[in-house]
Amino acid sequence: MDFLLAPFQYEYMQRAFVAALVVGTLCSTIGTYVVLRKLSFIGDGIAHASFAGIVVAYLRGIDYYAGAIVVAVLTALGIGFVNRRGKVSLDTAIGVLFTGAFALGVFLMSRAPRYNVDLSSFLFGNILGVSRGDLVLILGLAAVVTVSLAFLYRALLYTSFDPVVAEASGINAAFVDYALLVLLALTIIISLEAVGIVLVAALLVTPAATAFQVTRRFTTMLWLSATIGAVCAVVGLYASYYLQAASGATIVLLATIAFFIAMAIGRSRRRSASGSR
Amino acid sequence: MSVAVTVSELVVRYDRVVALDRIDLELASGMALGIVGPNGSGKSTLLKTIAGLVVPSAGTVEVFGVAPRTLAPGSIAYVPQVEAVDWSFPASVADVVAMGRYPRLRPLARFSKADRAAVDNAIESLHLGDLRNRHISQLSGGQQQRAFVARAIAQEPKLLLLDEPTTGVDARTEESLREIVRGLVASGLPVLMTTHDLDRASEWFDRLAVVDRRVLAEGDPETVLNSGAYAGIREHAHVHGHARS
Repeated sequence: MDFLLAPFQYEYMQRAFVAALVVGTLCSTIGTYVVLRKLSFIGDGIAHASFAGIVVAYLRGIDYYAGAIVVAVLTALGIGFVNRRGKVSLDTAIGVLFTGAFALGVFLMSRAPRYNVDLSSFLFGNILGVSRGDLVLILGLAAVVTVSLAFLYRALLYTSFDPVVAEASGINAAFVDYALLVLLALTIIISLEAVGIVLVAALLVTPAATAFQVTRRFTTMLWLSATIGAVCAVVGLYASYYLQAASGATIVLLATIAFFIAMAIGRSRRRSASGSR
Repeated sequence: MSVAVTVSELVVRYDRVVALDRIDLELASGMALGIVGPNGSGKSTLLKTIAGLVVPSAGTVEVFGVAPRTLAPGSIAYVPQVEAVDWSFPASVADVVAMGRYPRLRPLARFSKADRAAVDNAIESLHLGDLRNRHISQLSGGQQQRAFVARAIAQEPKLLLLDEPTTGVDARTEESLREIVRGLVASGLPVLMTTHDLDRASEWFDRLAVVDRRVLAEGDPETVLNSGAYAGIREHAHVHGHARS
């Protein structure tokens, strides 16, 4: 019992656990659509692009989150627009926009008179540094994203599977696509402090890809992915506490191990299924 | 009989290629209109434009008197020729058919008894009962086609658009599809369908149009087939095919 409760004697650890649980669950829930729509690249894309927002916010002396949110949402909408109007694939649109925005961030930072601020916490995350205000923002935005996902549930599912027929039947596929991109941008922003720019993509992709290995039902995949994300985040944080390792990396490593276990289970199941026929 | 679809002076261009050139067509409720024409004649484009998926370059398409995109969700059901879906998507036959109900459901609304009945009905009428829990990747081509037609029927649309639903299916499937479509037409549903199968045209359709970027002939299936309008373009396409190779 002590082993489980020990970390909670520190208030910053309590906040870290809440943040990890929320971020792990949310990323892996929306990640189900990321994996099924083959958008694995997007987490990386929007997270890197938000770096430009963080730099601008730093130079202007405004809140980092404000800068990151504005740039991430604009990048998400830009990716959707270029994809729809520019006759390029979504992957290419992401590639063009995120490198552009990231380069802008580096450019601005290199011209800054002095940049001794520690931006590494945005690259690799610093979940132990989540303040009370950060936590309120994380919980607030997570609530917005969760409610939106619930409202869009069927439209997201139909357009993920068969966008053309969904659109013909009267579902506004363009709206659904843009909405998903904006919700992704918000999810990525609130995950930055927990796992950082470099590792957020893993939280979006790995739990959902893990669930995909072992189920052929969409609802099962959704719940399983959310559970795997939540468990990896909380267990990963515990592990990092006792191993004195970086929390974001520990969480992602745990999810990666889960993926390979699920892959082995999925393979052996398929083998025994085909063997019995 | 009320008019379901009115296409007038419709022109569709892709970049510089003219896919459809001043098309005029009308479809009344309770009628099945067949569209025949060679490959690349713009048949699929015509269906997509009526479905609201392609924006006309000129002219108008009206479905029940308004532009297709302004209809209430669930009004048009469209079954494409080739389903470009990811077959590894986690969905069973029943899941796919249930999607037909999605456009008309409000957000957060529960799947009602009526929704479930419509899905069961569509599954039964396409003889998919034994396959309802099977994953979509484990279906044959004909079974996949039937699942997508079932989804369109579960939608209970006001207009049904079918793009070559009989291509690549066996005779039994063709016959059951025909019976289902004729039943829907008898109940008042307007149906627009493209096909390559001329032999059964008069059993499928009330009217037949020969389209090769333009409407070359339109009318009673027997009359149109006997007019030689289709034979003419077939010859034409054949000669073209030779010239290219």
